[in-house]
Amino acid sequence: MQRIGVFVCWCGSNIAATVDVEAVSEALKSEPGVVFSTNYQYMCSEAGQNMIKDAIKEHNLTGVVICSCSPRMHEATFRKTVQGAGLNPYMVEIANIREQCSWIHKDKQTGTEKAIILGKAAIAKVHLNAPLTAGESPVVKRALVIGGGIAGIQTALDIAEAGFDVDIVETKPTIGGKMTQIDKTFPTLDCAACILTPKMVDCAQNEKIHIYSYSEVTAVKGFVGNFTVSIKKKARYVDTTKCTGCGVCTEKCPVKNVPNEFNLGMNNRRAIYIPFAQAVPKVATIDADYCNMLKNGKCGVCSKVCTAGAIDYKQQDEIIEERYGAIVAATGFNPIKLDNFDEFAYSQSKDVITSLEFERLTNAAGPTSGQLLRPSDGKHPHTIVFVQCVGSRDTSGCGKPYCSKICCMYTAKHAMLTREKYPDTDVYVFYIDVRTPGKNFDEFYRRAVEDYNVHYIKGMVGKVAPRADGTLDVQASDLISNEQLHISADLVVLAAAIEPDKSARPLATMLTASMDTNDFFTEAHAKLRPVESPTAGVFLSGTCQGPKDIPETVSQASAAAAKVIGLLCKDKLTCNPCVAHSDEMLCNGCSSCEKVCPYGAITYSDKEFRMPDRTTAIRRVAAVNEAVCQGCGACTVACPSGAMDLKGFSNKQIMAEVDAICK
Amino acid sequence: MQVNEKEFKPTIVAFCCNWCSYAGADLAGTNRLNYPADVKIIRVPCSCRVNPMFILRAFQRGADGVIMCGCHPGDCHYTTGNYYARRRMTLLFSMLDYLGIERERTRVEWVSAAEGAKFAATMNEFVETVTKLGENKRLEDLRCKEK
Repeated sequence: MQRIGVFVCWCGSNIAATVDVEAVSEALKSEPGVVFSTNYQYMCSEAGQNMIKDAIKEHNLTGVVICSCSPRMHEATFRKTVQGAGLNPYMVEIANIREQCSWIHKDKQTGTEKAIILGKAAIAKVHLNAPLTAGESPVVKRALVIGGGIAGIQTALDIAEAGFDVDIVETKPTIGGKMTQIDKTFPTLDCAACILTPKMVDCAQNEKIHIYSYSEVTAVKGFVGNFTVSIKKKARYVDTTKCTGCGVCTEKCPVKNVPNEFNLGMNNRRAIYIPFAQAVPKVATIDADYCNMLKNGKCGVCSKVCTAGAIDYKQQDEIIEERYGAIVAATGFNPIKLDNFDEFAYSQSKDVITSLEFERLTNAAGPTSGQLLRPSDGKHPHTIVFVQCVGSRDTSGCGKPYCSKICCMYTAKHAMLTREKYPDTDVYVFYIDVRTPGKNFDEFYRRAVEDYNVHYIKGMVGKVAPRADGTLDVQASDLISNEQLHISADLVVLAAAIEPDKSARPLATMLTASMDTNDFFTEAHAKLRPVESPTAGVFLSGTCQGPKDIPETVSQASAAAAKVIGLLCKDKLTCNPCVAHSDEMLCNGCSSCEKVCPYGAITYSDKEFRMPDRTTAIRRVAAVNEAVCQGCGACTVACPSGAMDLKGFSNKQIMAEVDAICK
Repeated sequence: MQVNEKEFKPTIVAFCCNWCSYAGADLAGTNRLNYPADVKIIRVPCSCRVNPMFILRAFQRGADGVIMCGCHPGDCHYTTGNYYARRRMTLLFSMLDYLGIERERTRVEWVSAAEGAKFAATMNEFVETVTKLGENKRLEDLRCKEK
C-alpha cells in the first residue's frame, strides 16, 4: 500500500474562488492510502514546494497527488520537487482542478464536487504508479533551419556564432525572403537591402552554415536530438560549384517573356535567371517550365555562352538525408490572394496594386527603377488611395480574422515616402483603426499625418470602379463626418492581409508540430515558451508563428537560436521514461505491435524460456527499444495478449481512473 | 421508466490526448469557457492509447457517455496514432450499438490545441445529448454498484 500525500493548491483565488479547497483536502484525507492532506495558497512557490518536501520526509510518503493547475504547466516542477525529497519523480500525479474545474464552473458546490472526484482519480492512479528511470539519448550537434528569410538567416547566424553547424533549406533559388523585396523599413527608413544583404553574405561565408537553396524538406523522421531529414535539391540545371554568377547567360537567353516573380510579375525575366543582383548563392537557375532546351531540346544558348561550363541540362532532382539535433521552422508569410475582394477591382485594373507591388514600384532595383509610375500607362499618379485591412480582421470568411499587424506601419511609410518624393501627390489612407504599438511607431505615424499631410480617413472603401478615362472611382464612407466620398484616384494600393506560407501546413505534418486554425504554428506556451513548438526539438522563428514586423522577427529568431543552442550544448538528453514495455511471458510473438509502431521501436528475437515442466523452449518475443519509443501507446492496444503496456499510463492505471470517475 | 431530465446528471468520461485535445481543454479553461461539470477528463498520451476495454469498463461502471478526443487526422503528434484510434472506435461503437448502447452515447471528436471553443461547445452538446438519453443501464455491472 502506498503512503500518499495530497496537496491542494489555491492558486491564489484562481482555484479557491470557485472550489472549496478546505473541503477538497478534507474529503481526500479519507481516501485509502492517503496519510496526509493539506492545502496552500501557491503550491508551486518555494514555500509550497518546501511544504511538499517536508511532508514527504515527515510522513514517509511514497506517492504524491497535487490538485492544482494543468500538468502541462507544472508537472515538471513538482516532479523536480519530489525528487529533491528523495522520491522518484514519477510518483507524482496532478489533478487538474484549475483549467478543468475552477475556471469553467461558476458554482462553488459543483466545482468542489468535481475537484474531489478529479482528486480521487489521481489518487487511484498514483496507487499504481511505479518508480521510473529515464534513459539517455545522444544529441546530434547540428541544426536545421527551414526557410531562409530574415528569420531563418538570423537564427542560423546566431547558432553558427555559438559554434554549431547549421543548415538552411530554402525553396527559392536565393535566401533573403520577403525582406529582399521591400524598399525601406519602418520606423527608421533604412534601406532593406542595405541591412539584409550583408547578413546574407555572412551566411554564405560562414563555414558553420550550409545553404541548400532551391531545395525543400520532403520527410522528417526521428525525435529531439536525433532527427533524420530528407532534403530534395531541385534540379536547377546549373552546376552551382562551377557557376560564377557572371550573368552572361541571363542576358543571352532568348526566352524573354517569363513573369519575374521577384517583381511580382510586373516585368519579365529570362528562362535562365538570377533572382536579383545580390542573390545568395549567386548562381543561375533554369526555369524548366520556360526553357526551350528542356522543353523541346532546341536552343542551348546558355550552354554556349557559359565560359565556366556550368550548364547541365541533364541534372536531376537529388534527395539527400541529413541528421539534426534540432529543427527551426522559419517558413514565413505571403500576402493573401485577392480573389475574394473583387470590389477593389484588383483583377480588372492594373492600377490597383498590393502594398508589396508598391514596394517594388518604389524600389530602385524594381521594374521602374524606383520611379513611382502607374502600371497601366507609365504616368506619374497624382492621387493615390491606400486601403487598409484588405482581408485582415475580416470575420465574414472572405479574409482572415486576425490583424496582420504590419499594414498600418508600412502604409504610413508608403504614404510618407510618396509625399516626400512627390509633394504634388494627394495621398489618402482609409483605415478601420490605426494600430501602432511599438518603439517609435506612433511617432512615425504622427509624422505622416502632421508633417507630411497624408489624409487619414476613418472608414472602409466599398468599391473601386475603373473609369473610361483611366482613373479609378473610389467610393468610400467617412465614418467621422458620416459622409459618402467619391475620390478620383490614379492608383489604389491595397494592404492585403498576410497568411502563413503554403509550405507550412505539410511541414507541420512532417514535424508533427501543431498549428492553429489559421495555419500559424502553435507555440508550447503562449507566454512562457513562445519560440518552442509543443513538439520537443522543433522551434519557431518569425512569421510562421504569427504576424510580425522585422524587429520582432529578428528578436524571435535570436530567441529560437538561443533555445537551439541550449539543446545542442547538451551531450545527452534525458528520454521520456513513459515508454512501452513488453511482458515476455505473455508475448506470443504475433508482430501486431511492430506493425503499428510509427518509430520502429519494436524488435523481435528468439529467446530461451524455462517452462513450468522444467523443459526449455525457444519463443519469439517482442522487445521495445526505450531510446526510440516515444510512448504513444499504439502497440498496447494492438497487442492481443495484453503483453504490451505503457509505463506511466498503464492499463491498470487508466482503468483505476475510470473506476474513480464512474463511482 | 421516466427520467427527470432536470435532476439527472450524467457521468461522462472524456479521453483526451495529451498533445491536442487535453491542451484544447486547458485552453477552454484559460478562456473561461463553461461546460458541464459532468465531464471528467482522463489524460492519455495519444488517442491510440485508448483501449476499447477502457470504454467498456466505463460503461460497466456506470458512465452514461464516453467521448474520445484526439488531434485532427494528419496532425497526430505520433504521426499515425489517431488513424488507429479512429478505426478501433468505429468497430467498437458499432459493436456497442449492437449491444444496445445508443450511438449517441459514444463519440470521437478531433480537437486541436487551439480549439478551446470547439472543446467547450462539443462537451456542452454531448452532455445535452446524453442527458436526453437518460441513464445508461445496458452494460452496467451491478456487482460494482454501491449499496
